[in-house]
Amino acid sequence: MKLQEYTVSKHNFEECMKCTVCTVYCPVLQVNPLYPGPKQAGPDGERLRLKDPFFFNYALKYCLNCKRCEVACPSGVGIADLIQASRIKYDRTRPKLRDRILASTDLMGSFSRPFAPVVNAVTGLGVTKTALDATLKIDHRRSFPKYSGRGFESWLRKRAEEQAAFPEQVAYYHGCYVNYNNPALGKDLVKVLNALGVGVQLLEKEKCCGIAMITNGMSETATRHAKHNVEIIRKAVAGKGLTVVTTSSSCTLTLRDEYPKLLGVDNADVRESVLMAVRYVFERLEAGATLRFKPGFHKKVAYHVPCHMERLGWGVFSERLLRMIPGVEFTLLDSACCGIAGTYGFKKENYEASQAIGAPLFEQIRSVDPEVVACDCETCKWQIEMSTGYRVENPISILAEAIEI
Amino acid sequence: MRFDTVIIGGGLAGLVAGISLQKEGRSTAIVSAGQNALHFFSGSFESLEEAPQRLSELFGEAGIRLHYCSGIRLMPLGTFRPAALSLEDVSLFETPGFARKALIVNFAGYHDFFTSFLAEGLEKAGIACRIQALDLPELERIQASPSEMRSVQIARTMDRIWEKVVREVGALLGDEDTVILPQVFGLRDITVPGRIRQAMPARVVFVGTLPPSVPGIRTQALLKRRYEVLGGTYLSGDEVLEADLEDGTVQSVATRNLGTHRLLAEDFILASGGYFSKGLRSNPFRIWEPVFGLDVDFAGDRTAWYDPAFAADQPYMAYGVKTDASLHPLLDGMPVKNLYAVGSVLGATRPEFGSGAGLAVRSAFRAVDAILKEEAL
Repeated sequence: MKLQEYTVSKHNFEECMKCTVCTVYCPVLQVNPLYPGPKQAGPDGERLRLKDPFFFNYALKYCLNCKRCEVACPSGVGIADLIQASRIKYDRTRPKLRDRILASTDLMGSFSRPFAPVVNAVTGLGVTKTALDATLKIDHRRSFPKYSGRGFESWLRKRAEEQAAFPEQVAYYHGCYVNYNNPALGKDLVKVLNALGVGVQLLEKEKCCGIAMITNGMSETATRHAKHNVEIIRKAVAGKGLTVVTTSSSCTLTLRDEYPKLLGVDNADVRESVLMAVRYVFERLEAGATLRFKPGFHKKVAYHVPCHMERLGWGVFSERLLRMIPGVEFTLLDSACCGIAGTYGFKKENYEASQAIGAPLFEQIRSVDPEVVACDCETCKWQIEMSTGYRVENPISILAEAIEI
Repeated sequence: MRFDTVIIGGGLAGLVAGISLQKEGRSTAIVSAGQNALHFFSGSFESLEEAPQRLSELFGEAGIRLHYCSGIRLMPLGTFRPAALSLEDVSLFETPGFARKALIVNFAGYHDFFTSFLAEGLEKAGIACRIQALDLPELERIQASPSEMRSVQIARTMDRIWEKVVREVGALLGDEDTVILPQVFGLRDITVPGRIRQAMPARVVFVGTLPPSVPGIRTQALLKRRYEVLGGTYLSGDEVLEADLEDGTVQSVATRNLGTHRLLAEDFILASGGYFSKGLRSNPFRIWEPVFGLDVDFAGDRTAWYDPAFAADQPYMAYGVKTDASLHPLLDGMPVKNLYAVGSVLGATRPEFGSGAGLAVRSAFRAVDAILKEEAL
């Protein structure tokens, strides 16, 4: 009916029928009584906020943006989107220095990388942690990600010619983490794709996807990044006919879904061309490509589906790839949030909640006792490694380790 | 991605079908568009004359024990209904006068459990009742946010402190022979309700609360885990948007999350639920099935859809997709050969299947049998 087409509410909030299912799956509601919960913070609160912005509740900052409410909702309401959109619209507090620092993953990376050994040593010190806790309220119990001395971008740029020689090409949106903290993951991706006869190109000066800026009150900067990134992705997709592959589930969700839904940056023409590398690799193998696996490879792997991978609905590709590696003993961990949620768990006020949210997952990992936990998200990796002592690797890295070239 | 069977819908019907097929060595995927009616599950399966043994076995292997006796069970508003195959949370009685005196205990600040209705109903059955509220400091945290004081929030605390609750309720007990508690126990640990029954110095009866249903959520989690342990692929929060048909058979389906990556299979099961789950959609003029556009059985005259008496059986609840005798749904009058419709999408009141949970399970088993038989040929 025509009339109904014109009455679709923003983020579908009028579709909420108050069934309360979202409240069952909200990890924050289970541990933090100050948080009003997804139903109240999302569609219920939206009715009030539309009447009068006075009803905006600052406790919405406790939302992890894990999107588990949306995965659970039987009515297709964009609950987490409603919450984040209302924070963008109504929250008038300026982000604190700490939040600006935590959110500026690219800036921090470019500062820290040239001094990586020093930075890594200093952030590992108890005294530094105490100081950061006292001055910036970054929790002292947190371990900091290590920086890498050489960035991934310069590594790949040096190999541009060699990569261009491959018969097929993709562009790689590597994100801040691969560039500044873990170039090894980027190299692993190049190894796997090269083994499939695919060369890897950089995008034309990618910027941080901006996910941490969105949740830290810096949506204007995030929007600038979004416009830039969509533009360079468009050049790769429309200009060169390339697929853009990624290795971080949160960057991917941001590029594909948060840009149009939260920042109003239209990406409809390129969205379908931005794929997690695990999906791209799976599709190549399904279409008949083959990889040669090392004989005698053995690894006990437990796979944790990160929240944003769950929202993308693509955990199945990582699962399938890991299961097809000969010698992998595979366990799928129960669907649960690890509690870190990007910058959230670094904040002093969230530390306890963050660890309490992750506790059931940590417990299950200990009982499975794998050699390695597989996971498509860098912040989950930090959280799980810090909280359990188990090593965490991206499925692409495990695949790279298992193949022969 | 290719499977033997793709199941559209991850509720009771979809999970029962998925588990049964995986057990027989078939590869399956379940596409689940959000959570489902198990979150409103009473804990009982009605009209399951054919299936109890088979269902008990399937549930047992998932770690869920079922029981049955011919008699009655106590409903949340103090009325009784005939007993049915039930989760162990549900107490079954031979007669309404199952006790002499009952102590009904609620938690202070919890509004989704109706103690006075219960007392009224039980007193009609000759059971004297006393109502007590338990004010626990452990619940203060969730009491702070009254709109969030729901069954599942309380259940999370109870998982930790149920032993203390047993002691405190024990202390409240006078000469009552029965204690009635809201069904908020054993969210993560299914053994808790049984251990409470053992530890309490009186008979314990758990009674359903307003949603979400704690035993239902636990059932969903255990069945999903069982399905995944058997190697099934459960796609959470995804939705089938359209299907590709050739010569009256379904070739593949497309989902919102997977986009151009279609799901291919030999057989498809439509377990997408009723109006709530959007397995059936409606507007003021028609009722339709959104994935395949299947034939739906409904009255042309809209005034016949509903009965103005609110509590009466509403005709629209009986509407569902039309099928042949083998549960193949009809599309423009012709059965779709490799598609089976199960659960609430069939319409909630097909008397031959029983209602709700019973319909889900029996129709799912029938579809599974048809798929396995067809492969054997």
